[in-house]
Amino acid sequence: MRHLKYFTVAGAIALVIGINSCKPKNAESAVTNDAAAKAYVAPGKYDLFYNFVSGGFSGQLSVYGLPSGRLLRVIPVFSMDPEKGYGYSEETKPMLMTSHGSVPWDDLHHTELSQTNGEIDGRWVFANANNTPRVARIDLTTFRTAEIIELPNSGGNHSSPFITQNTEYVVAGTRFSVPPDYEDGDVPINTYKKNFKGHISFIKVGKEGEMDIAFQLECPGVNFDLSHAGKDKSHGWFFFSCYNTEQANTLLEVNASQKDKDFIMAVNWKKAEEYLKEGKGKKIATKYAHNVYNEKTHTATSEIKTEVTVLNAMELKDICYFIPCPKSPHGCDVDPTGEYIVGSGKLAALIPVFSFDKILKAIADKAFDGDFQGIPVIKYEAALYGEVKKPGLGPLHTEFDGNGFAYTSMFVSSEVVKWNIKELKVVDRVPTFYSVGHLCVPGGDSRKPNAKYMIAYNKITKDRYLPTGPELAQSAQLFDITGEKMQMILDFPTIGEPHYAQAVSADLIKNNSVKFYKIEENANAFVAKGEGAAKVERKGNRVDVYMTAIRSHLVPDNIEGIRMGDEVYVHVTNLEQDWDVPHGFAIKGALTSELLIMPGETQSIKWVPDRVGIFPMYCTDFCSALHQEMSGYIRVSPTGSNVPLLFSTGKNMPVEDPAKK
Amino acid sequence: MKIMLLIPVIWILLASCGGNGSSSGKNPYTADDSKKEANGNPSYDPNRGEGKFTHVDIPAALDAGMAANGKKTFDVKCGSCHKLTTEKLVGPGWQGVTQRHTPEWIMNFVTNTDAMLNKDPKAQALLELCLVRMPNQNLSDDEARALYEFMRQNDGAK
Repeated sequence: MRHLKYFTVAGAIALVIGINSCKPKNAESAVTNDAAAKAYVAPGKYDLFYNFVSGGFSGQLSVYGLPSGRLLRVIPVFSMDPEKGYGYSEETKPMLMTSHGSVPWDDLHHTELSQTNGEIDGRWVFANANNTPRVARIDLTTFRTAEIIELPNSGGNHSSPFITQNTEYVVAGTRFSVPPDYEDGDVPINTYKKNFKGHISFIKVGKEGEMDIAFQLECPGVNFDLSHAGKDKSHGWFFFSCYNTEQANTLLEVNASQKDKDFIMAVNWKKAEEYLKEGKGKKIATKYAHNVYNEKTHTATSEIKTEVTVLNAMELKDICYFIPCPKSPHGCDVDPTGEYIVGSGKLAALIPVFSFDKILKAIADKAFDGDFQGIPVIKYEAALYGEVKKPGLGPLHTEFDGNGFAYTSMFVSSEVVKWNIKELKVVDRVPTFYSVGHLCVPGGDSRKPNAKYMIAYNKITKDRYLPTGPELAQSAQLFDITGEKMQMILDFPTIGEPHYAQAVSADLIKNNSVKFYKIEENANAFVAKGEGAAKVERKGNRVDVYMTAIRSHLVPDNIEGIRMGDEVYVHVTNLEQDWDVPHGFAIKGALTSELLIMPGETQSIKWVPDRVGIFPMYCTDFCSALHQEMSGYIRVSPTGSNVPLLFSTGKNMPVEDPAKK
Repeated sequence: MKIMLLIPVIWILLASCGGNGSSSGKNPYTADDSKKEANGNPSYDPNRGEGKFTHVDIPAALDAGMAANGKKTFDVKCGSCHKLTTEKLVGPGWQGVTQRHTPEWIMNFVTNTDAMLNKDPKAQALLELCLVRMPNQNLSDDEARALYEFMRQNDGAK
C-alpha cells in the first residue's frame, strides 16, 4: 500500500523536483523530493493527528488535520460566529458575557490539551483570552466551547492556559500588571512601581471539567509572559517568564529592555495550597463572569461571581522565587523529564537551561542575590544547568521530542534549531518562512511527546501564497522530525494569527465524537418534541414560536398575527436523529440571524420586526433535494391590529376567515 | 514493472475490503435461519431487507401497551413526514404498510435506512417517488418493534 501511495503522488513529486532544479536558492529549496508523499492523505482517508491552533485576533480556535494541513473546523470561543449562530442565538449569548457586559471578541493566544499523569488525555482543550482576561474550556466530544471564566485583577491574560500534569489547575498570569480591583485604580499611571500588581490565577478544574478560581497569587508588578508547569519530579511547581522587571509604564520597547536579565518565576503551588488551607488567603470583593453551556438544555447561563481569594506572595514566604534570565524571556518550557527549564530571552544570543535539582538546592542553601519586592532572587549560576551558545537570533519557544532533543524557534533569524538538551549542542537547523513564533510537536510540552511532526507557526507570510490584497493568510509549516534532520513537508495557511497550538493522535479523540443529540433528552425550555408540540404563544408583546425542523419543512411555516412592537422568539427544534443533518434558520431583516441547529437540539432567535409586511424565513443549511422548499412566511401587522394569531403548515388558501374564529 | 507486480496485491486488498458487518450477541429478533451464500454470508432477501432483523415473531393479538409506546416514537420522530392515512406527505402514508412489507423489512428499514436505500429495490422505488432520502432517526431495537406494533394497530390489528 505504501508503494501505491508513492505512485499516486508521483506527479506532485515530479513537479516539486522540477521547481527545485531551477530555483535552488529560494524558499522551495527547503523541500526535498518525498515531501508530498509524507503529507499526502488520500481522499476519504483520515488524518493521523488533530491540530488545535489558536486563531489569534479572530478569537477562535481552528482545528486542522495533520499531516494534510486540512482545516476541519473553526470552533467559536471568544468571538461571535454567524456561521454557527454562536453569540447570535439566545442560548449562546451568555457565553460571551463578562463583568463589562457582552464582549463578543477576544485575542486567543494559546491552546492546551488536558492531561492525566502528564499525558494528553483527549478530554478538553483550554484557550486563553488575552484582552479581556478569560479562560475557556472546549469539550472534545462536541468540539464546542463548554465553559468560560473571567479573571479578576488582571490585564492581558497571556501566560495562560497552561496546566498541571493532572489538569489540577489551569493558570492565568497577567501580562499587563494593573492596580488590583480591590484597590482604588484611579492613580497616576507613573505610580506603576507602587500601585500596580501582577496577579496569577490558579483555576481549579473539576472532574467534569468545571472551572473555579481556587486562588490568586499577588506578585510584584511586572509583565508575566508565558509559563509551563513542572512535571514528574517538578510536579508541584509552575514556571513563569517575566519581562519589564524595570517596571516601566511607557515606551516598553526601550524602557523594558534596559536590564541584562529579567526573571523566570518559580512557583511552589503545593506550598500555596498549604497557605490556602491554613486560611492565609484574603477574600476580596470583585466581579467576574462564569459562563457554562449545558448540553442537556442546549443553553448557556452566565453568573457574576463576587469574591476571590488572594495569597500575597510577597508576604507569604516560600511560594515564589525569581531566577534571573537573560533579556526579556518569552518562552518558558519544561522538558519531558521535568528537570530542565528552558527560558528564551527574546533579545538574547543564547538559551539558558535551568536545572530543577539545582533550583531546589539553591533554595535550600539560600543561594540568593537579595530579593525583588519581597521575593527572593536565586543566583543565576546556582540555578543554571548551562547555556546553548549562539543558537540563532531571537529565541522564542521550545518544544520537545522525548528523545533528548529540544526544538527552539528563532524569530529574528527565521529558523528552528534542534539541540541536544544534555550536551547543549545545536545539531540541526531549518529555515522557516518567515519569522517563526510558536512551535508545536504533538505532546511536545507533556511527559510523553509523540514526535512525528513539528509545526512552525509564522508571523510573516509575504510571498508564500497567491496575493490576496494587503492582508494575507498566516503561514504554518509542517516538518517531519522522525529523522536526524528536520524535513519540511508542507506549507498551509491558518486563520487569524496562530500563536501556540497543540496536536494529539486522532485515535484519542475521533471515536468519542458526539454525532447528534438525543431528542428524548432535550431539556431546552422551549423544545417541541414532534410536530404535535409546535405552537405559537403570546404573552403581552412577547411571542414564542415553538418550531420544528425536519427534511424539508418547518412547522409552523405560516404565522400571522405578529404586530409591530412585538418581541418574537423563534425556538427551532431540529427533529433529525442522524449525524451531519443540521438545519439553519434565518428571518429576513432579523438582526441576529442565523441559527444553526444540530440534530436533536433547540436554538432560539430573537426578532423584533421593524416594519409591516410579509417576512420570509428559511433553512440556511442545505439539507435535502427539497431544501429550497424548506421555507415559510411570517405576517407582521400594525400595532393594535386585530389579525388573530394563527399558525399552520400545509394549509393553503383560502385562509380561515378570522371573523369565524 | 513494479506496477505489474503490485496489481495482484491490490486486487487482493480490494477484495478483502468488502466485509459484511455481522451483528452478534443475543438479540431476540435475530434467529440466524436465513439462507447462506457460498462464502457463508447471508444472501440478500428483498422480503427481509438488510439489517439486524432476520426473524421477528409477531403474535396474532395486538400488544396495546407496545403500540402506545410506538405512537410516542411516531409523534417525535416520524409524524413530521408520514401521515397515518394513505396520503403521501414527505414520505408515504402508513395505512396498509404492514400488508405491503414484512415486519423484518420494516424494522430493518427504520434502523438501517441508508444501507437499504442504497440496495433494496422496494426502498429505491419509494425514493424515486418521494425524492427525499428517509433520515435515519436512530431508533433502538425496542423502539422499532413498538413502532411496528403501532403500525399494526393503525392497520386494524386487534
